[in-house]
Amino acid sequence: MSLESISEGRGKKLNILVCVKQVPDTKIIKVNPKTNTLDRSSAPAILNPYDAHAVQEAVRLKEIHGGKVTVLSMGPPQAKEAIKKCVEIGADEGFLISDRRFAGADTLATSYALYKAVQKLMKQDGGIDLILCGKHAIDGDTGQTGPGIARRLLIPPLTNVIKVAEVNLEDRKIQVHRKIEDGYELIESAIPCLLTVEKEINEVEYSPLPNMLKAARYTPIVWTVDDLEDVDIKQLGLKGSPTIVGKMWPPAKSEGAQILAGDSREQVREAVSIMLQQRELFKVKGGERV
Amino acid sequence: MPEKFDVIVVGAGPAGTSCAYTCAKNGLKVLLIERGEFPGAKNVMGGILYRKQMEEIIPEFWKEAPLERPVVEQRFWFLDKESMVTTSYKALEWGKEPFNNFTVLRAKFDKWFASKAVEQGAVLINETVVLECIVEDGKVVGVRTDRPDGDVYADVVVLADGVNSLLAKSLGFHKEWKPEEVALTVMEVMKLPKKVINERFNVNDDQGVSVEIFGDSTKGALGTAFLYTNKDSLNIGVGTTLSGMIKKKMKPYELLEYVKEHPMIKPYIDGAETEEYLAHLIPEGGYNSVPKLVGDGVIVTGDAAQLVNAIHREGSNMAMTSGRLAAETIMRAKESEDYSERTLDYYRTAIYDSFIGKDLKKYKDATHVFEENPQYFEQYIPLMNRAMGTFFTVDGTPKREKQSKIIKSFTGKNGRLGVAKDLYRAWRVVK
Amino acid sequence: MNLDEYRGVWVFNEQRDGELVDVGLELLGAGRELADKLETELCGVLIGHNVKDLAAELFEHGADKVYLIDDPITEQYRTETYMKAAGDLVRKYKPEIFLYGATSNGKDLASAVATEVMTGLTADTTLLDVNVEKRLFEASRPAFGGNIMATILCKKHRPQMATVRPKVMKKPERQPGRTGEVIEETISMREEDLRTKIIDIVRDTKKGVNLEEADIIVAAGKGVKDEKGFKLVEDLATVLNATVGASRDVVEAGICGHDHQVGQTGATVTPKLYIAAGISGAIQHIVGMQNSEMIIAINNDPDAAIFNTAHYGIVGDLFEVLPLLTEEFKKALQEETEEGGVPSHA
Ligand SMILES: Cc1cc2nc3c(=O)[nH]c(=O)nc-3n(C[C@H](O)[C@H](O)[C@H](O)COP(=O)(O)OP(=O)(O)OC[C@H]3O[C@@H](n4cnc5c(N)ncnc54)[C@H](O)[C@@H]3O)c2cc1C
Ligand SMILES: Cc1cc2nc3c(=O)[nH]c(=O)nc-3n(C[C@H](O)[C@H](O)[C@H](O)COP(=O)(O)OP(=O)(O)OC[C@H]3O[C@@H](n4cnc5c(N)ncnc54)[C@H](O)[C@@H]3O)c2cc1C
Ligand SMILES: Nc1ncnc2c1ncn2[C@@H]1O[C@H](COP(=O)(O)O)[C@@H](O)[C@H]1O
Repeated sequence: MSLESISEGRGKKLNILVCVKQVPDTKIIKVNPKTNTLDRSSAPAILNPYDAHAVQEAVRLKEIHGGKVTVLSMGPPQAKEAIKKCVEIGADEGFLISDRRFAGADTLATSYALYKAVQKLMKQDGGIDLILCGKHAIDGDTGQTGPGIARRLLIPPLTNVIKVAEVNLEDRKIQVHRKIEDGYELIESAIPCLLTVEKEINEVEYSPLPNMLKAARYTPIVWTVDDLEDVDIKQLGLKGSPTIVGKMWPPAKSEGAQILAGDSREQVREAVSIMLQQRELFKVKGGERV
Repeated sequence: MPEKFDVIVVGAGPAGTSCAYTCAKNGLKVLLIERGEFPGAKNVMGGILYRKQMEEIIPEFWKEAPLERPVVEQRFWFLDKESMVTTSYKALEWGKEPFNNFTVLRAKFDKWFASKAVEQGAVLINETVVLECIVEDGKVVGVRTDRPDGDVYADVVVLADGVNSLLAKSLGFHKEWKPEEVALTVMEVMKLPKKVINERFNVNDDQGVSVEIFGDSTKGALGTAFLYTNKDSLNIGVGTTLSGMIKKKMKPYELLEYVKEHPMIKPYIDGAETEEYLAHLIPEGGYNSVPKLVGDGVIVTGDAAQLVNAIHREGSNMAMTSGRLAAETIMRAKESEDYSERTLDYYRTAIYDSFIGKDLKKYKDATHVFEENPQYFEQYIPLMNRAMGTFFTVDGTPKREKQSKIIKSFTGKNGRLGVAKDLYRAWRVVK
Repeated sequence: MNLDEYRGVWVFNEQRDGELVDVGLELLGAGRELADKLETELCGVLIGHNVKDLAAELFEHGADKVYLIDDPITEQYRTETYMKAAGDLVRKYKPEIFLYGATSNGKDLASAVATEVMTGLTADTTLLDVNVEKRLFEASRPAFGGNIMATILCKKHRPQMATVRPKVMKKPERQPGRTGEVIEETISMREEDLRTKIIDIVRDTKKGVNLEEADIIVAAGKGVKDEKGFKLVEDLATVLNATVGASRDVVEAGICGHDHQVGQTGATVTPKLYIAAGISGAIQHIVGMQNSEMIIAINNDPDAAIFNTAHYGIVGDLFEVLPLLTEEFKKALQEETEEGGVPSHA
């Protein structure tokens, strides 16, 4: 797969593919501290928040440069809801690859499946100039899928993007701000490339009513493994995943806190005197009184 | 160009969804707008869903709908501080098809119900607030939502936006509800293992119990408390008219705490963990508070139209029937392409001819009578308890003496005639 | 794949502007333990331009060998070049374990290399061990948004790779004079063929919240409810001259910025005193603060998990406890002061 073939034959428009994942709302997943079990039933599935920003950015870029925003997701049939959410934000169409054979994929197998779907999408009218992903999915926080897809497509991954500074369709170049620990770097890349975005990149806008109506009526296109081409089944799903979960355990409990006795004021007094044992922390000037 | 529908329904509660479902099923182009994250997300109900009115919309819905338990026993508790008088009726037949009524969790039920309307072809959008009706030449022609490019048009707008009924109010159909026209109810969903519920309420997995609690549960204010069994949780709540709360200077959550701590109630919820805390108004104005129901291009349904039987806390059934009647009215209007108030007035007639109108009329003075005569809640229930206590305590006093003591206790305060009059009045308004 | 061909524990030693990033040195400590258990060598991977001198520092922190790629083309981090450099090294020298710091660049590189050489990668690990018999790397991390740790294994692929959060592992004692072997390789890439170019690096000069270096942290959890409750935490922090931390839920609620977040996806901290107010104690939070010297937790739920990790617990309403604590502490400090000197926490 050569780089050019991804975006072959197009000139002045920006066709963007956004990879999105449906995740359990981890803000709502609650753990029962007594039993150490998760209450998954209570957590509704949502569009990965970072991916919402990615879609929003794609829509923004489309408004400036023209083109099309397509979303792609791998997941169970319910993930259609996440795709519809993207249509609310302004995506033009969405594809879901859904098949038991994809199930149990780690990031390597996920990026393989998505890569195969991207290849098929590239052949559709217009091709793809830019791929956007979220910085990470909040259920696993790995952030490995995006760079994985990029490597398979042999296009540069630009991770942790906080701003798209410039898109030059003439020279087929893009400049972005990439967040690093102590600031950001301004990096230029040839198009096509893949960006993973941080939340700072934009505010997800309140969707206009026509988008809502469109999304309500929209049915994402669903592909199974058989709809993709040249798929090596051994690289899919659980079978294609080099990593497996070994054991799981609740973290070791220490003997636990000594709960201070008495009413609030008594507890506080006790706490203060304990803190003052670490007196050097609150050392007086000159340090002579320790 | 904003889009135009045949019908826009505002609010995906039982009223709105019933209307949207029926319209869509009959081929109309329907838009259902809900402000919650999904239908039912924030909707609140003690939890009794009545089979009959639901079945008129979706036959044999129980085979598919997310229901909690069919209610096989209805209990009534008349509560004093440390005693209560109870009555109950249990019918095993109610646990079998076609059932009588069910407990439900609205978040699940409303979501499912709306998905059925979507299956019929209704377009549902969530997280969208209707701000106002668009009125042209005195006719309602659409709605304005809070979204960018948020106008959308329709031949008829159905207001099913619940008790606050802001849209009907802004059309001038009614004024701000008075404090005695609405009850403030707070409730909690409390998790409790199925097995424990079954043991405490003496039922099996597929049987539920509803408990209506009067008296000390509201510290004597006009209102009731309830305790319903879900699959593996309990709904417990309490409500009184706003005016009652104001008069007694009570805070709703304090009242609920009081109920939960009540020695007669506590054993039933012991060990249960609060999962959700909800508060909501119930329209309780009844017959006399029903606002203008139709206008040019607009129909008001459900709670928004005060269609609730406060005494029996029936609201969802009236909401559903009103939604269905609105849909039938619109289908008739569609035939003549005439959506004027005159044509839509068919709805008003239909409401008053149905059980809704009849029940509301029958109980029309209930709230008022109880509101004006606090002795029902403040005195008679404690008296009833004392009477029972006196009668059943085995202390060597002959029963005849006990009876005369009881009668004295009743006649002491209000005079014998007063009590008789009160009891007659109470009987008249609720029977 | 013949797994037996793969030997040695590698650490990616990221450098920025010719300075080694701390997490790489921390990983040499963790890597040393793994290598000793496996009776194999520990190697640093150093990529950059004019960075050869840094190898000495790696040896002094426990590396036996350093694989070096020193080329103008790798002066700054770029996925394209670093992935090629690291990928080539892996293919040629076949390590069995390869660790990266979970920094922006470390994560980026690890993800790319994993796909490049088709192997498994475990993200954000907090606990590393090895099954010596099977030579199986056991990389553990908090999982499923809950109080669960999961060990991730990579049985049939090599190298076994993981990213590790900064500050979780302890930087090893420096052994001055310790040396080792530098193995230098070249990278066969030309600037003209590259698709990306760093145009500028903008360092953030305004000093943000420095949780990692703080001696005292007062952290707010969702129990503070809103800005008003958060203010109580700030007030106490002011009196203690502490840094303010927060759980992710507080950050997500928009009550404070992400730079205050402690935990798996925030800062890992090791203060002398950590006061957790209204924090439930989810594992993702715990892994970021469990190594604090003294932990005091305030929570109105006596069963809150935070009390498993804390040393002292106050069971009570933080809206009552925090102002009291602020007041009592002020008093105590005043007494100290009266006895001599002005409190200073500089
Ligand atoms: C605590 C409590 C216990 C109850 N117990 C029972 C019981 O056991 N059995 C029973 O039958 N009834 C009960 N009721 C009454 C019953 O809940 C209501 O009568 C019934 O829900 C009315 O249905 P509705 O569709 O008219 O309104 P609602 O169910 O209130 O639905 C209104 C919908 O409109 C939406 N909405 C409102 N405004 C807008 C807007 N501007 N734009 C878009 N959407 C909007 C709301 O989000 C909501 O989904 C109880 C009520 C309460 C509060
Ligand atoms: C992949 C992933 C990564 C994550 N990374 C992080 C991370 O880096 N950092 C992090 O913190 N979380 C992280 N989380 C989230 C984590 O799982 C928890 O959801 C979060 O830590 C909970 O925050 P909390 O304790 O503030 O809130 P809650 O769990 O809501 O706890 C609030 C606590 O306050 C107590 N409380 C309430 N009111 C009062 C009162 N008046 N007085 C006293 N106490 C009161 C309650 O009893 C409760 O224990 C991550 C989750 C995932 C899935
Ligand atoms: N199953 C999936 N379908 C589509 N995109 C995905 C999927 N998993 C991950 N991604 C993309 O990769 C990003 C990082 O995910 P992760 O590597 O799981 O943290 C997400 O924000 C998505 O953009």
